[in-house]
Amino acid sequence: MSAPAHGRTTKGSGMNWVGRAIRRLEDPALVTGNGRFTADLKAEHYVRFLRSPVAAGRLGKITAPDGAWLVTAADLGTVKPIVPMLSKFNYRAVAQPILPADAVRFTGEVIAALIAPTAEQAEDLVEETQVEIEETAPLVDSRDAVAAGAGALHAVAPDNVVVEGIVKTPEFDAAWAGAAKHIKADIRSYRQNATPMEGRAGHAAYDAATGRVTFTCATQMPHLMRTAIADILDMPEADLRVIAPDVGGGFGQKMSLTPEYVILVWLARKHRSSFSWTEDRRENLIGGFHARDQYVTVEGAFDANAKLIALKADVLSNIGAYSCFPTTCGVEPLMAMAEMPGPYDVRHYACRARGVATNTCPMAPYRGVSRPIITFTLERLMDKAAAAFGLDPVEIRRRNLIDSFPYTSATGLVFDEGTYKKTMEMAVEAVDLPAFRVRQKQARERGRYLGIGFSTFSERTGYGSPAFAARGMAITPGWETVHLSVDPSGFVEARIGASPHGQGLRTTLAQIIADEIGIEPQRIKVVHGDTDRAPYGWGTFASRSLVICGGATLIAARKVRAKLIRLAGQMLEADAGDIVLEDGAARVAGTDRAITVAALARESYMQTHRFKGETEPGLNETGTYDPGGTFSNACHVAMVEVDVETGKVTMEKFVVAEDAGRIINPMIADGQVQGGIAQGIGNALLEEIVYDDTGNILSTTLADYLPPTAHEIPPIELHHIETHTDASITKAKGIGEGGTIGAPAAVVNAINDALTPFGVQIDEMPATPQRIRAALRNAGHAA
Amino acid sequence: MTDKTAITLNVNGRDHAISVEPRRTLADAIRDNCGLTGTHIGCEHGICGACTVIVDGAPVRSCLMFAAQAAGKKIRTVEGLAKGDALHPMQQAFMDNHALQCGFCTPGFLMLAVGVLEREPDISDDDLIDVLSSNLCRCTGYQNIIKAVRAAAAEMRSK
Repeated sequence: MSAPAHGRTTKGSGMNWVGRAIRRLEDPALVTGNGRFTADLKAEHYVRFLRSPVAAGRLGKITAPDGAWLVTAADLGTVKPIVPMLSKFNYRAVAQPILPADAVRFTGEVIAALIAPTAEQAEDLVEETQVEIEETAPLVDSRDAVAAGAGALHAVAPDNVVVEGIVKTPEFDAAWAGAAKHIKADIRSYRQNATPMEGRAGHAAYDAATGRVTFTCATQMPHLMRTAIADILDMPEADLRVIAPDVGGGFGQKMSLTPEYVILVWLARKHRSSFSWTEDRRENLIGGFHARDQYVTVEGAFDANAKLIALKADVLSNIGAYSCFPTTCGVEPLMAMAEMPGPYDVRHYACRARGVATNTCPMAPYRGVSRPIITFTLERLMDKAAAAFGLDPVEIRRRNLIDSFPYTSATGLVFDEGTYKKTMEMAVEAVDLPAFRVRQKQARERGRYLGIGFSTFSERTGYGSPAFAARGMAITPGWETVHLSVDPSGFVEARIGASPHGQGLRTTLAQIIADEIGIEPQRIKVVHGDTDRAPYGWGTFASRSLVICGGATLIAARKVRAKLIRLAGQMLEADAGDIVLEDGAARVAGTDRAITVAALARESYMQTHRFKGETEPGLNETGTYDPGGTFSNACHVAMVEVDVETGKVTMEKFVVAEDAGRIINPMIADGQVQGGIAQGIGNALLEEIVYDDTGNILSTTLADYLPPTAHEIPPIELHHIETHTDASITKAKGIGEGGTIGAPAAVVNAINDALTPFGVQIDEMPATPQRIRAALRNAGHAA
Repeated sequence: MTDKTAITLNVNGRDHAISVEPRRTLADAIRDNCGLTGTHIGCEHGICGACTVIVDGAPVRSCLMFAAQAAGKKIRTVEGLAKGDALHPMQQAFMDNHALQCGFCTPGFLMLAVGVLEREPDISDDDLIDVLSSNLCRCTGYQNIIKAVRAAAAEMRSK
């Protein structure tokens, strides 16, 4: 469908850039092959990594072919391990060695580096290198890892519980006991991989003139990579420049520090040369961070009117062998605990959320983090409760969604204005539910099984340092800073700490700036992803960049605007209050007296003596923004057909009504939603990292791990509401993760709806054909 | 394995005399030996299609072809689509329809779509989705790619 029209008012007589679906400024390079990705850089030396072929064992001798350049733990000397820190939630500070000296803890763990003039030669050396490992019994499943006497991966966490959050509201027990019905769901979310189309890649080059290393890598947070690697190598940050060039998707996977990157910088610094590593797809699937591996048991206590009065949950999150940096492995279980009640009004809440170490690839954030699972959990619970009360799924949500704002949740989260009920009603109307029920009935009579599934959810976005501080993180991200300059030629440069990699932020920030200072977006360059050029910032993740970096941009742009008006007032001998900025010029309202922004910019540098009261030359301003956060919301509706003989699910249609506040660029916003939903559909139906009992990983190619193709994604119909919140100075809410958060629940609820005649309950994701068939077989529908 | 063979690759109408190991893939040769890094490598298993180029008029996975197999053939990559500053209708349609986000899979999709439409300008909508399901995109959710290719198909037919 075409981008929906967004009606907007224009301010004054000027053009509004915000709200328009302008083409992206990023695209010309990317469609012509002129994008610059890390793997495009050549190096003197190429690195391939020897990885553990087993899940657990004592590491013995490593023997490379004669003359091979081998780097093992013994070579690294004083290089420190990665030790992410949390000060709360009974966190145990597990350490990840850059290269292990004595034990391996997951299949795919880096054991050694082999270096050669070409990547092929380095790969040959890896093949020819022998490693002795005395295998020990692995712990693969988190339930096995917390069983008594399971043995420990790390001495600091003898029961393998690395983080544990517990919450219980004061009146919980009484509320629980007084309920009319208790409804339970046992949810299993299997393990997934974010699967950016570009895997990880790093290129470290030493500069003999300055003694500095430039490290180009596929990262979402270049500044933090600089800090982390400099800390680990005990080097001045000033000697390390990190560049995130074009980055081929991240989805959270490229937030985390990976030992391979530390080794590349160490090599470049020690050997004063350049070293490159480009991850292959197998490495990405076995060692490039996983996510979503959780067991959740949830139980809701409802009153006689099907109103949820108390909620109880137990979350067991498999964090893999180590804790990821910088978020720590608390990212999944603690987010599950904090946000489990979602968009529903429930005053009494109890939760235990544990992160458990196992002999599997480490978990890291993946688009939505715990929320696809939380939403899946709650939305399954709501559908089960609806059935128990004899209610329509829409009606039970109607009775439970929050509807007055600000709303403070049982865990103390403050929800700003949203449209939880309104978006649901909008989606219900769009799908014409009564007509669907008729069609569903007719289809069933012909032996075809159609289903419709709903998912209503909140998406916490744009949260600043207070939200991260609540987790007790030693590294507390949150704010963003923007340096905005108008150069003497009148071109604008915004240097930002965010690090977009597909989100179109160069375009949307330019739209925000353009409206403030009255020039075209095409004259505005947004500079990011280079620690030598951009101010310190946290990068792009957690649906934060447009809210936080966009807010900082607006603050800086307002300062530039104010100065332009002051300067223009002096140049045009008019009151500042009479100056309007539009179409690249400052003019005195109602007159033909005007001066171009370019001329003002030039004067601001070259004729500073003319301006009274100005203390700084030029047009250079800084904006910093650190908001508390804002909640986007949406209702997703999936319409599916299930082939009960094969278990195959066909997506018929997907309808979304969402509210992400003010939309800066509708084309880009819709793209974020559509792409997120496609990942959510993949997560719901297809994508699964599979380990066998020995901790060997079976899904090592994209023929085994299945991101959806154009075939699996149905037409997606989008409806928007724009609630302008005071929680965000641009009035924009985040939109990056909502698609992925909401879609799995809608899809699996639709499958369950389709299978209602068989009385089966699918409470797992992905709901693969095998699982659907198994459920049908267990329900007596043999085939 | 490391003995090199001299071959000539004709890429975008220009000959590249290069020396490669027999095992070197066309994708690696295009990127490393010819210096055309617009062709991206996403899986090296022939699944994702990021490395798709056009060889003698047909879209191929350049990670599944040896460079030596492509000697003497006409190879086209994303760098050859535009004529000077004039974009190919497919490139323009991808920009107009927001058919890319991170841009990593984009060259492969462009070459796949151009290669197919040059051979089958009147391809049906269903067949087009079949063809586009050969390649993976993780950002867009495909809706805008399908829209862009349909728009470009109309534009290419009208020329």
